[in-house]
Amino acid sequence: MEALWLSMKLAGCVAAILLAIGMPVAYWLAYSTWRGKFLLESIVALPLVLPPTVLGFYALVAMGPRGPLGKLWIALFGHGLAFTFGGLVLASVLYSFPFAVQPLIASFEGVDRKLLDASAVLGAGSLRTFWRIILPLSLPGVVTAAVLSFAHTLGEFGVVLMVGGNLAGVTRTVSIDIYDHVQSLEYGEASRMALVLLAISFAVLSVVYAVNRRVWTPWAAK
Amino acid sequence: MRSLKNLVKYFAKILALGSVAVLFSSVVRAQGREIRVAAAADMKFAMEELSGKFEKQSETRVNVTYGSSGNFFSQFQNSAPFDMFFSADIEYPKKLEAAGLAEPSTLCEYAVGRIVIWTPPGAKVDVAKMGWRTLLDARIEKIAIANPEHAPYGRAAVAALQKAGVYESVKPKLVYGENISQAAQFVQSGNAQAGIVAKSLAVSPAMRDGKRWEIPADMHPALEQGAIVLKDAKNKDAAREFLEFVKSATGLTILAKYGFEFPEKKKENR
Repeated sequence: MEALWLSMKLAGCVAAILLAIGMPVAYWLAYSTWRGKFLLESIVALPLVLPPTVLGFYALVAMGPRGPLGKLWIALFGHGLAFTFGGLVLASVLYSFPFAVQPLIASFEGVDRKLLDASAVLGAGSLRTFWRIILPLSLPGVVTAAVLSFAHTLGEFGVVLMVGGNLAGVTRTVSIDIYDHVQSLEYGEASRMALVLLAISFAVLSVVYAVNRRVWTPWAAK
Repeated sequence: MRSLKNLVKYFAKILALGSVAVLFSSVVRAQGREIRVAAAADMKFAMEELSGKFEKQSETRVNVTYGSSGNFFSQFQNSAPFDMFFSADIEYPKKLEAAGLAEPSTLCEYAVGRIVIWTPPGAKVDVAKMGWRTLLDARIEKIAIANPEHAPYGRAAVAALQKAGVYESVKPKLVYGENISQAAQFVQSGNAQAGIVAKSLAVSPAMRDGKRWEIPADMHPALEQGAIVLKDAKNKDAAREFLEFVKSATGLTILAKYGFEFPEKKKENR
């Protein structure tokens, strides 16, 4: 149960951080007219390509005392980043980045340009237009982004395995715990935990999708 | 349009050539023998040399997959396509035999593993001189071991720490690798300052430059390495031959080079 709570906390933190940094990135990628934009789009999609354990390995190296990130972190906080909750959050943010940014880009791009032009003509700045027009109209996309990054982090295994160090209550997430039980040939216990994880995830996802649908159906039907 | 057609033709040619090559290579392979070996992570370097030598003298291809013994065990129960299994803990092959998943009379203890305290090159604490006290030093903030819940080397590490009477004091520093090579990785990357790893990894080219201190063999339950030929093996004769080769003088010399010891020697010590 401790592991499950830890996973929830991790997934929550990651989803919140990803929304905060994903929105400006997605906004820029959706509306920028820079010709080299495709390069950045490719970079955003890169975490999809690397196997999680490989990504985790490089995260581990980067967090080490010889890595750039590790050096900075040790200078700031006096201890390493690997084997800590913060380290897990950072690695997971990297890993789930495309899952947050892609739906945001898609929904931002789906907003009718005429509305944006109208907003500009009426004298609204781009920030005001974003808050009043783009964000409300893209709310389903925002919800999708949050849910996807939450769910993706909840089920994450490879990255956590590589940078976590399997510390109870700190970095032993539920997927690691299930894996440990399988490794110890305790299949019954593993199945119970997997079932609980699935049930909770199903409940969370259904609630979010249900709320999303009820609130936004009238808009979609316009 | 024409250039597109040319491109298509070009790819068709490559595809045709490629499929001929694949066909050809499978014909060649069918003539030679092949065994598929599942081996525990601690065997990585010794196995490369063992299989290389065996391939040359017997014209048998040896395909090795490395992983954790527990993972392999679950896979065998679901008929994973392997011919033989080298486990870091003889309990797994014993269980396979009991479950009727092994070839009769192939179970053997081929070596005994040793553990060492390992520090990376440039470490501030001299492990060769300090021994156990290395782990108590304040400059050693994290100590990596394999997960004692399921990795044999992790269990040995914890047993040795308890026997040395330092377990309670170093416990807050411990971080757990999924298997022994991941524990080594934690130290190599500098995230942990010391680790208790398999000697067979510590003497490998990648880790040779670090310093190590051998934990006395009587401080932990013996790490009995067990091998077995599986019931579903496609090439049982070749697998048995390889097992004999590993137990031969040549095989034992290679194993000894990588820090493994032998059951006979252990019995003498008793």
